[in-house]
Amino acid sequence: MATVSKRLVLHFPKRLTNEPIVYKLVKDFDLEFNILKASVTPGEEGLLVMELAGEQRSYDKGVKYLTETGVKIQSLSQDVVWNESRCTHCGACITLCPTGAFSVEPKTRKVTFDNNKCVVCELCVKACPPRAMELYF
Amino acid sequence: MAKTIAEINEKIKKGQAVVVTAEEIIDIAKKKGISQAANEVDVVTTGTFGPMCSSGAYFNVGHTKPRIKLGGGKVYLNDVPAYTGVAAVDVFLGATALPDDDPKNRIYPGEFRYGGGHVIEELVAGKDVRLVATAYGTDCYPRRKLETLISIKDMNEAVLFNMRNAYQNYNVAVNLSDRIIYTYMGVLKPKLGNANYSTSGQLSPLFNDPYYKTIGIGTKIFLGGGIGYVAWQGTQHNPSVLRGDNGVPRRGAGTLAVIGDLKQMKPEWLVGTSFLGYGCTLTVGIGVPIPVLSEEILRYTLVTDAEIFAPVVDYAEAYPQRKPDILTEISYAELKSGTIKVQGQEVPTASLSSYPGAVEIAGILKEWIKKGEFLLTEPVAPLPGVESGIVFKPLEERPIP
Repeated sequence: MATVSKRLVLHFPKRLTNEPIVYKLVKDFDLEFNILKASVTPGEEGLLVMELAGEQRSYDKGVKYLTETGVKIQSLSQDVVWNESRCTHCGACITLCPTGAFSVEPKTRKVTFDNNKCVVCELCVKACPPRAMELYF
Repeated sequence: MAKTIAEINEKIKKGQAVVVTAEEIIDIAKKKGISQAANEVDVVTTGTFGPMCSSGAYFNVGHTKPRIKLGGGKVYLNDVPAYTGVAAVDVFLGATALPDDDPKNRIYPGEFRYGGGHVIEELVAGKDVRLVATAYGTDCYPRRKLETLISIKDMNEAVLFNMRNAYQNYNVAVNLSDRIIYTYMGVLKPKLGNANYSTSGQLSPLFNDPYYKTIGIGTKIFLGGGIGYVAWQGTQHNPSVLRGDNGVPRRGAGTLAVIGDLKQMKPEWLVGTSFLGYGCTLTVGIGVPIPVLSEEILRYTLVTDAEIFAPVVDYAEAYPQRKPDILTEISYAELKSGTIKVQGQEVPTASLSSYPGAVEIAGILKEWIKKGEFLLTEPVAPLPGVESGIVFKPLEERPIP
């Protein structure tokens, strides 16, 4: 049986924040979870970013359960964002990026970032000296 | 025709000075010839904007009521420790200082997201920082604890003092080993995966005055977006290295110690910087005006990237083990082309210092001088030159009996 592991963003409506939703994913659907980011306040709306893994059939059932319960699911699109105001245009990112998402404008020697070429390997995020590359979930 | 700094200043005051950047002068001299260019141009501006670890700032934070003796105590600014081995309410914060609870490289490679350089950037940006201090208490300074917010405006003095900046040339760093290494020259990929360099080449201050004929102690400069001065030769000032026929050092050579009022500087030119697996520091913007006093001085300012050579050094073995081995020498023109050849292999290059930043600094300084807002200073003493006989010494250890 094929296994699956996906990163999801779950939005909990107000009425569900007191429900043991994640517990049921483990107990009833035999899924494994790893919480990456959570902001759940009882009585208010909650947000949970997690990696959900298990057998494909169980995973599908789990996701169906979440949807039926009223949880809004968004598949995680991680995004690397160039904070241009923080960028000093040094170029330390240029040779680290495996896909050539960064380039130097030959005349001005300013660095540019092409988000379409980015595969979210995150190499630039920690290696950028002024930390101008940011990772968003 | 030789000029004096006083004559140039008269022209600056009248708004008549001809000021160009170290990039622009190259073409001007090509078109007009050296002699005419030297006559017509009064000042050439240079710039550099890169990580400079020997940077820091000292602060006089004012006296609390009751008084506290921070000297000899412990002081933290946003959890970053400052040096307190001086008078009661003066502290020094170094750019590479880290919070005590930073994991450093225990979690390798450490991120070093916040340190002294970042505190300096925040202070310059006008933000409040947390000053937390403990002291031992004396009859005249009875207080033992202090916790307060403080901004740069609250301080009596906030002075940037950098003991080694504006390096005259630097290594090109590569990695010959088969593992990734994390250095102050950035992340270096294994087996010559990349090559990192760090100067602004033909725009760099000390490449345009290679023998320190105009830059000396007291030279007024652009520092961190404000005005500063050359205070002394920088630490590790090493003028007696191998030089090319144009006088330009082919190794790391001269350096500048610089000082200036932090209160008039700008956060975009003093940027807290982190090097993965290495540490944190401060990226500093420096611009130095070179008065065109003679044809000889002008000739030095015509240096181009193709005429400046840097040594390529292996940071996996030769550098850490202090071996003198140099793999090859490469010109800045080649480095800027995006790839260089080392040991027969094409190696992609990247810069740690910002060339666009250097261009902007040289441009800002040019505008200041043209508008008459920035007059040149006569150095009060020269920096030690080749004739000084300075020899750069490594630390040769001696056993402690």
